[in-house]
Amino acid sequence: MAALQRLILPAKLTDRLSTGWLNFAVLFLILLPLVIGAGLVIKSLPLLEQASIGTMLHSAEFSPQQGHFGFYAFIMGSVWVTLLSFVLSAPVCLLAAIYLTEYSPQWLTQSMYFVIDVLAGIPSVVYGVWGVLVIVPLLADYVAPALGLTTTGYCLLSGGIVLAIMAVPYMLNMLMEVFRSVPIELKEASLSLGATYWETIKWVVLKKGLTGIIAALSLGISKALGETIAVLMVVGNVAKVPKSVFDAAYPLPALIANNYGDMMSVPLYDSALMFAALLLFVIILVFNSITSFFLYRIKEQ
Amino acid sequence: MSNSSTIIDQVQQVNGGEAGATSGAFPNTSVQTSDSPILQIRDFNVQAGDTRILKDIHLDIPKGKITVLLGPSGCGKTTLLKCLNRLSDLHPSLKVKGQILIDGEDIFHPTQDLTTIRQKMGLLSQRPFPLPMSIYKNIAYGLKIKGIRDKKVVKEKVEKHLRDVGLWEEVKDRLHGPAARLSIGQQQRLCLARGLAVGPEIILADEPTSALDPISSRKIEEEFLRLKEDYTLIVVTHILRQAKRLADHIVFMYFGEIIEQGTPDEIFNHPKSDILKQYLQSGH
Ligand SMILES: Nc1ncnc2c1ncn2[C@@H]1O[C@H](COP(=O)(O)OP(=O)(O)OP(=O)(O)O)[C@@H](O)[C@H]1O
Ligand SMILES: [Mg+2]
Repeated sequence: MAALQRLILPAKLTDRLSTGWLNFAVLFLILLPLVIGAGLVIKSLPLLEQASIGTMLHSAEFSPQQGHFGFYAFIMGSVWVTLLSFVLSAPVCLLAAIYLTEYSPQWLTQSMYFVIDVLAGIPSVVYGVWGVLVIVPLLADYVAPALGLTTTGYCLLSGGIVLAIMAVPYMLNMLMEVFRSVPIELKEASLSLGATYWETIKWVVLKKGLTGIIAALSLGISKALGETIAVLMVVGNVAKVPKSVFDAAYPLPALIANNYGDMMSVPLYDSALMFAALLLFVIILVFNSITSFFLYRIKEQ
Repeated sequence: MSNSSTIIDQVQQVNGGEAGATSGAFPNTSVQTSDSPILQIRDFNVQAGDTRILKDIHLDIPKGKITVLLGPSGCGKTTLLKCLNRLSDLHPSLKVKGQILIDGEDIFHPTQDLTTIRQKMGLLSQRPFPLPMSIYKNIAYGLKIKGIRDKKVVKEKVEKHLRDVGLWEEVKDRLHGPAARLSIGQQQRLCLARGLAVGPEIILADEPTSALDPISSRKIEEEFLRLKEDYTLIVVTHILRQAKRLADHIVFMYFGEIIEQGTPDEIFNHPKSDILKQYLQSGH
């Protein structure tokens, strides 16, 4: 009996210890965003004491030397370039994922996985260079003139296109995973009721995969919101609210990356950049809360 | 692949050698010759790469009866069922040769309308797979596909078919709740009702009770016995007692071939082939 206990006790102890570590790891990960958020808030406090949040969000005038800190143009720059990339990439990814998982021959699907891996592995600066060399001149010399417009090519649309291409591997990969995880028996059930293959996809597969689809698309959006270097290289970086897709824009990450470390002698400048980071953080937080809420609602149904 | 063998085969007893002995010993039991079969399977072969999954299947399915497919795991029962409503199309690796005739029409004929064929056969799989929607919509789904959208008609049909499978009383207060919340047994009956709503002639059931508790299994079995008044049933099972309770006609398969077929009495009490005798002994 005693021998038995001696055998059991260490097992119990290691069990306790390991759950302890697991809890600690999870707690640490949960606290991580809080820690980052708190850091950003503390660093932006000097600016927050000087200027009202309302004006900073509404005003588009950003001239730190004069003490004007309006972030509206940057917020709009981020929102538009992200939306644009989403509109350009999401439908293509969705249709491609359906085709690749439901219709295409095996070899094509396999080669697509290879392409996805390659695309995901390319560093973002390379996408940026490619955008400068290909997309920017394409828009400036061909697309805009064809529409009777002029642009330098360093504009919202260039940013959107580059971001869309960068989001493709992530979205496509996840969407394909979603469709592959729909059990074949479910499709068989629908088909055996006389539905065509397309009806089955439309009414059953998409519905079954809805939560996964939303998660995949929101991952794409999060990627686009946070992407910095590639956008910064093609988007023009002019602190004005863009009026068309051929106007230059200045998204928040670009603002931070372009200016951090420079012009630190200007009063409140570093605090302003921290506030820009905080804004980005809050946008991502709000966006993810909204998708989580939708996912929760769908699962509840 | 020619159509010429159709009518000649109609009255012919199945599987050469066994046939003579069968009708000799039990003159009144040759169910499939008494009335015209609803399904005629002729020279049917299925191949995946070099392996032959089904070999020269020649089988008549009697109308209005329950035909039970027996056989060890991997002998091709599921494959045969899937060919009957051409779900085999989903597997391009499967090469199909031969004919399956329903009402004299070849299911595998290139011009055959898949939707019509599949609506003639209700499918009940091993585990229930309710569609990702409400209980009500699960049943309305097949109606929608058939083009029935009149709300009143749909509502009536949903109730009728839920009653048919004895589910109405249990779910009538949560018709618009998700079907996935039902118990497994209830889900399986929902799947049966969903199939019935399309108005099939034949019900294909592949080990329909293997995921269910004994009481739910019994409910399904009772349902089957009632259904054979209006439908023809083909049931795959590994449970010999279930086969005894349900079957009018039993087909024993082994490695893709039909070894023996006959009434439950013939199969269980007077098996002729050694393979079947062994199978029955190792079974239950
Ligand atoms: N799509 C396919 N490609 C290749 N081989 C297949 C395919 N589908 C089935 N098979 C093979 O065909 C044989 C028969 O399979 P089937 O599922 O019809 O057996 P079964 O009689 O239903 O068995 P069980 O009682 O275990 O369900 C198996 O050896 C299986 O591996
Ligand atoms: Mg099977």
